[in-house]
Amino acid sequence: MAKNSAKGTARNAGERWRVIVYSVTALIALVGLADATFLTVAHLTGDDAVCGSSAGCSAVLGSAYAAVAGIPTAAFGALAYFVVFSTSVLASFGYARARTLLALVVAVMFAATLGLLYVQAFVLHAFCPFCLLSAALTFLLAGIVVATPSIR
Amino acid sequence: MKRYLPFAIIVAVAVVTIGVGAMLYRAKMRVSPSAAAPPAGTASTAPADSQEKESLHARGPATAPVTLEEFGDFQCPPCATVSGVIDKLEKDYGPRLRVIFREFPLAMHSHAVEAAMAAEAAGLQGHFWEMHDMLYQYQAVWSKVSDVSHFFSAYAESLGLDVERFKADSQSDAVRARVISEGDLGVSRGVKNTPTFFINGTQLRGAFTPENLRAAIDAALAGKQSP
Repeated sequence: MAKNSAKGTARNAGERWRVIVYSVTALIALVGLADATFLTVAHLTGDDAVCGSSAGCSAVLGSAYAAVAGIPTAAFGALAYFVVFSTSVLASFGYARARTLLALVVAVMFAATLGLLYVQAFVLHAFCPFCLLSAALTFLLAGIVVATPSIR
Repeated sequence: MKRYLPFAIIVAVAVVTIGVGAMLYRAKMRVSPSAAAPPAGTASTAPADSQEKESLHARGPATAPVTLEEFGDFQCPPCATVSGVIDKLEKDYGPRLRVIFREFPLAMHSHAVEAAMAAEAAGLQGHFWEMHDMLYQYQAVWSKVSDVSHFFSAYAESLGLDVERFKADSQSDAVRARVISEGDLGVSRGVKNTPTFFINGTQLRGAFTPENLRAAIDAALAGKQSP
């Protein structure tokens, strides 16, 4: 009886932990989604206001790397963040497969972010703050995925 | 009910994201011909074609082997930065480089159309480039105020222009039509951002650093010199 009660308590704590972790990843994904949506709109409208007086930032957003096959790179980011958000919500409600998909998408985002950071640092020699914010969010997501065994 | 809750949350976020994105897009979209068009009941007095021939803003000889054409917005901070770079390139390349400036005022810049019209009005008195340089030089000042007309009139005065004529021209339908026609030209050539550059008619991609602009000009010069 006491054993069952202890097991139940452990399960409840585990569930609570799962909900907290996936809520955090969902919130991070929401911030990333807002950031990537803003950058997508900026790209489509030619808005350079996001850059302030930084010509380097404008150079990044106006570069050939800012679009892939005519589609803004930020739009791929927005899609990725939306998938991360969706899988996080589903995972927090106990959908086991969503956890695997979440880890997979975050791994792809991590690799893409490394590539984009390389382009900014060594090809364009310029950075855009909103792109760096997205990179930081992806690293944060990757850190949570790696650090939380239940996600992997 | 709980079974559908996660899907409801996901759909709600998707709808909100698309909605906010669409609203932002509409708000930031560059000035359209209808938005910059003269008020109903007034007519444009000069056809675009004749204006094009009369008032192409170019520096450097028409026979220069390289033409650097910029679509710019006077309220765009990177345009102001790159303006200094272009001045330096003009000095370095001399008669081998021709620079053309075209108006592309963006809607998210509240005074961009007024600034473009001020530059065009100064151009009617033969001082487009002086006003162009002045608008970029003092961009940080006038772009923050709500009423820019006093600033632009002061710039016109300091350039020795006929201020009353400048004031009238900077609100005229002809000048407005010229700004609109250049914006439309940019759109037809795929311009979205400012600054956008064309070298001998080919759109320049990548970062507009001094090094990249110089490399693109050098490449165009080499192309002209090779048989």
